[in-house]
Amino acid sequence: MSPTDDSSVPQPGAKTAPVLSVDRLSKSFGSNQVLKSIDLSVQTGGVLALIGPSGSGKTTVLRCLNGLEIPDGGRVAFAGGPAVDFGSPVNRKQISALRDRSAMVFQHYNLFPHMTVLQNVIEGPVQVQKRPRAEAVSDAMSLLDRVGLAGKEDQYPHQLSGGQQQRVGIVRALALKPSLLLFDEPTSALDPELVGDVLHVIKELADEGWTMALVTHELAFAREVASEVVFMDGGVVVERGHPDQVLRDPQEERTRQFVHRLLNPF
Amino acid sequence: MDIDWELLASSLWPIVQGGLTGTIPLSLASFAIGLVLALLLALMRVSGNRILAGIARAYISVIRGTPLLVQLFVIFYGLPSIGIVLDPWPSAIIAFSMNVGGYAAEIIRAAVLSVPKGQWEAGHTIGMSGTLTMRRIILPQAARVSVPPLSNTFISLVKDTSLASLILVTEAFRVAQEIAAFSQEFLLLYMEAAAVYWVFCLVLSAGQTRLEKRLDRYVAH
Repeated sequence: MSPTDDSSVPQPGAKTAPVLSVDRLSKSFGSNQVLKSIDLSVQTGGVLALIGPSGSGKTTVLRCLNGLEIPDGGRVAFAGGPAVDFGSPVNRKQISALRDRSAMVFQHYNLFPHMTVLQNVIEGPVQVQKRPRAEAVSDAMSLLDRVGLAGKEDQYPHQLSGGQQQRVGIVRALALKPSLLLFDEPTSALDPELVGDVLHVIKELADEGWTMALVTHELAFAREVASEVVFMDGGVVVERGHPDQVLRDPQEERTRQFVHRLLNPF
Repeated sequence: MDIDWELLASSLWPIVQGGLTGTIPLSLASFAIGLVLALLLALMRVSGNRILAGIARAYISVIRGTPLLVQLFVIFYGLPSIGIVLDPWPSAIIAFSMNVGGYAAEIIRAAVLSVPKGQWEAGHTIGMSGTLTMRRIILPQAARVSVPPLSNTFISLVKDTSLASLILVTEAFRVAQEIAAFSQEFLLLYMEAAAVYWVFCLVLSAGQTRLEKRLDRYVAH
């Protein structure tokens, strides 16, 4: 489970170095500029929480990092890999190299419905990373066991609860051994009583030293697991810093309003 | 009217035999080739390449916009004028395959488009290329969606193969025609041929139901 079993992933607690650095990332959909020159970096073993109102661009940031959207400009670099400069035309190979460094956990899980739980998890390692099947299966089984899904490996996604499906989604991402885990509102589609299980798994991963970036509306959770909170609004970073500072004592008025509204909905 | 029971009994096996050695192999071969063609056309349509998509669209338009009988006659009676002489069986298989290709392509294309976008993204996030995602993630799901309409196409094809009798292919209907011409019992023989087709199609529908059940095992109800 721990990222240390892959030598390409730095040791948790090791001297911090950015796993990811993003400079002046920008992205428009038609005439609507959703990202306006975003700078970010995530340290090894760090947890970056992106918060902000809907439409602020936080999900788009994650999607750009995973190559699901192609930015119009800016530079994205993972440690040990070449920087991709989106200011000039990029080819498929660069996108694919970028994509291989991170793995996304989707809001709506996006499991493969025609595959069993186990098949969902080993699909990437076996088909893409060309790892031996037996090894991929044994890794998958211990990961599933680790998130409380032992015995579910032969079930199809529709036979599982939302919380179980999302934990499969997390295991599917972990099985790829990415340098960076991306979570796009991982609990937003869940029934309230199922949220805890999923957050618990994410917290454990953070404690084990996985490097991650997550978009979330769960401010209490962000305060507990994040090493840095970034508040976005209107496609720009409004405020960033330690969770205690950004969430308890925001310096910017917009941040203050947002945090206040989320903590006091009535 | 008196029913010639003896003729009915003695002609049944030859008609069924015409079905087993003509109608069914002709249908199976044409459907198999037609499906490959349809998959190719559907992929061309969704490829995003305007030239490929245009070619596929034009092909589908011509096939769906012209009568099957005319297509059959062009190939068998028309092509010899430009020096291409084909036997009845190859002519029939070519015509029916091309026809199935045009119709099934639209079914497969619609099925591919019905798979949610999130499935493409999930494929990409685990590192798959577009081609691999199509093959491993999208097409298996599209296959399930397209089974009912493709089964209908197949059942239509089985009945349409009776048109091959007009280009001298010996299949169920042609056998019935020959016996009818000889015995002058037109109503009896044509009703008998109709019954044989109906039984074939009943069997196929049962097979379709079983296949759909099998493919439904991963879907919530």
